Amino acid sequence: MMRPESEAELAACVAEAQGPLAVVGGGTRGVSLSGEGLCTAGLSGIELYEPGALTLVVKAGTPVAEIETVLAQQNQRLAFEPVDYRGISGVDGVATIGGVVAGNISGPRRVQVGACRDFLLGVRFVDGNGVVLRNGGRVMKNVTGYDLVKLMAGSWGTLGVLSEVALKVLPQAETQATVRIHGLDTAKAVQVMSRALGSPFEVSGAGFDPEARAVMLRLEGFEASVAYRAGRLREILRGFGESIVMDAAQSAGIWQKLRDVKAFHGCDGDVWRLSVKPSQAPELVARLEADAFMLDWGGGLIWARVPEGTDLRARTGQFNGQFEGHATLVRASAATRARLGMFQMMSPPLEAINAGLRARFDPKGIFNQGLMTPRRAG
Amino acid sequence: MDMPIPDATILAQKAQLVGRLQQVLPADAIITDKIGTRAYECDALTAYKCPPMLVVLPSSTQEVSDILRICHEMGVPVVPRGSGTSLAGGALPTADCVVLGVARMNRVLETDYDNRLIRVEAGRTNLSVSGAVAKRDFFYAPDPSSQLACAIAGNIAMNSGGAHCLKYGVTTNNLLGVTLVLMDGTVTQIGGGYLDAGGLDLLGVICGSEGQLGVVTEATLRILPKPEGARPVLIGFDSNEVAGACVNDIIRAGVLPVAIEFMDRPCIEATEAFAKAGYPMCEALLIVEVEGSVAEIDAQLKVIKAIAAGHDPVEVREAADEDEAARIWLGRKSAFGAMGQINDYMCLDGTIPITELPFVLRRIGEMSQEFGLDVANVFHAGDGNMHPLILFDANKPGDLEICEAFGAEILKLCVEVGGCLTGEHGVGVEKRDLMVFQYSKADLEVQMGVKDVFDPGWLLNPAKVFPLAATEGRRGS
Repeated sequence: MMRPESEAELAACVAEAQGPLAVVGGGTRGVSLSGEGLCTAGLSGIELYEPGALTLVVKAGTPVAEIETVLAQQNQRLAFEPVDYRGISGVDGVATIGGVVAGNISGPRRVQVGACRDFLLGVRFVDGNGVVLRNGGRVMKNVTGYDLVKLMAGSWGTLGVLSEVALKVLPQAETQATVRIHGLDTAKAVQVMSRALGSPFEVSGAGFDPEARAVMLRLEGFEASVAYRAGRLREILRGFGESIVMDAAQSAGIWQKLRDVKAFHGCDGDVWRLSVKPSQAPELVARLEADAFMLDWGGGLIWARVPEGTDLRARTGQFNGQFEGHATLVRASAATRARLGMFQMMSPPLEAINAGLRARFDPKGIFNQGLMTPRRAG
Repeated sequence: MDMPIPDATILAQKAQLVGRLQQVLPADAIITDKIGTRAYECDALTAYKCPPMLVVLPSSTQEVSDILRICHEMGVPVVPRGSGTSLAGGALPTADCVVLGVARMNRVLETDYDNRLIRVEAGRTNLSVSGAVAKRDFFYAPDPSSQLACAIAGNIAMNSGGAHCLKYGVTTNNLLGVTLVLMDGTVTQIGGGYLDAGGLDLLGVICGSEGQLGVVTEATLRILPKPEGARPVLIGFDSNEVAGACVNDIIRAGVLPVAIEFMDRPCIEATEAFAKAGYPMCEALLIVEVEGSVAEIDAQLKVIKAIAAGHDPVEVREAADEDEAARIWLGRKSAFGAMGQINDYMCLDGTIPITELPFVLRRIGEMSQEFGLDVANVFHAGDGNMHPLILFDANKPGDLEICEAFGAEILKLCVEVGGCLTGEHGVGVEKRDLMVFQYSKADLEVQMGVKDVFDPGWLLNPAKVFPLAATEGRRGS
């Protein structure tokens, strides 16, 4: 495993590579890759943090935990709430910010404030020729040239190896509370969440636990404001069922469990993550015949656990007709991953553009080979 | 400012091109005469003009696809156009191009309140998107100043922002999906009624690509519930530095206003003379707006006013009712019009780290003396997006050139302090040749490589964004 300590060393590693490279940050998502390991954890440290400008520039291998600690000292946070994947993947390690950006990893608050990519202001990375490139910057509004910042977010290391990222951060909320509504089936739950997210009360998390038949709605902000909005939400949702308000400590616990999909930790089976149109979630869930499922993002995100080796996409269809969205294989054996691929098939013209972009950024095709190349139905 | 020399072989094929377009478009969708094409000779960057070879006004994605296929086969450059409100010359034609205007494609295709989205044809104006969902108390967040006229197509092309993006983000943060027609006529769907489209983030790179990667014909946009209420407070200071420090403190306090607008003395004086909003005469003025219920607004403004009080404001004026709120916004919203009354002006759009605000304003003041042209500053202070307005006289020989040289120096200053050339207007032709100050040759090469993938022949809006010298070998290849 190569572990460069500087951007220049990273560039040299890539330029001199003789074969495929398996790019990893902390390796906490358990993605199986072939090729020589190239770890970015050696590129660590905060380059610039200006709380008054809400900006943070860090080297890509910086641990997420370290960033969260430094931000918390100034009452700020990564608002997109990155998921800690260690519990789901069963892999130990230290998650890095580069890994979070490469996977565009966002948690429950994504439904309100946006994804990791929406907070990414700039990137430095090394392309497949070993050239150091830069896009974006460290300011909040920037339309100078093409937005390769977004393109790099969620490219899973297939376009280049991130060496530095600039992020917009936000103030932490003074407090939070969760309104919990009981006795709901999936269809009613999605209705409740849609109603809540369509209200002016600034819901920052909307999830459904089918075991408990309960919808959770998170509110954050100043104390009096949270109390006011919790009251108003209960009022407008009264017709759906009994509700209770959970205090800040309980609320924090609930959302950490939901964010990290605690329900699927330490049990057998493959885990899938589906981004869907919320109103279609109930019907999709019924088709999945999953051993267990959970909803986040007001129904727009389905987490599903199925028996090992199950081709979930065969049950949903290819999302090109009746349903909108896509399914990603999050946890599975190497054999299942190799057979099903991690990502959803796209239409042929989009596949061609994706392949064309990968060939441009990585002409030798050495980065994370095959990771973003979807498999034909198998 | 140079544009490529029109290609004589393309001009010679005009009749043949018109003939082929007539087979796929109704007669009234093709404009070929001199008077008709002249209406499309420029956008809102009126300093540069050039009537196109012809203009097409398609009414459907299929027609757009047919037009692009024909132009692709004949090697004719295409300049896509929304409403023509670009301040950067994004829709400036060349004499050998076809302008493809999407203004006739303005229907709402679907409103879906449960999933909080609206699907529209891309020629629809920004404000009328919010208008279409207002009856259910929803709105579309990005609000560029031109929102009455500008089209969603142009908003996507330029990744437009507005006054309220401190809280709600810019176009790219509110775009869920597009129907994109590639230069060869291929129709593709990217994203839709769900979050985070699969594969590489093509939506992210298309947004802000200035019409160079494809023509967006339909868009799925995120709509949001309107807040219960909003209220601005106006705070005057006796120096730019102090106003800048106040912005910094507000943000650090954990209050996130929906907008923080900044005006300096020249701008205050000009707008006051024009709009008579009753602004205090001072060096710098902030308009800070917060949202929520009455009690929530009271609580947030209490925090903001306390912070402001620590900076010895010369005036703090909170809107007591809708009328006063409107008056506070009146001056800000008439700033550009007020400037236009005084003189011709050029509106810049650089962004800086907000910590550099006092330094940059001071430098702009010094440069104003050096170049002998007045500048007024009005901008979105919360996110550092500056809009210096340089006043000049278009009828005075040489004034435009001095103004452009001055503008270029301001933008270089923005880059030097860690900012960028353009925050929300786009590069277009205006800042094309300044790109080398922000990006290295390799950085630009990889961006141009993206266009190579989407539009290998470089036929879509080819003379924009990148320095002409850098694209020479690609254009018309």
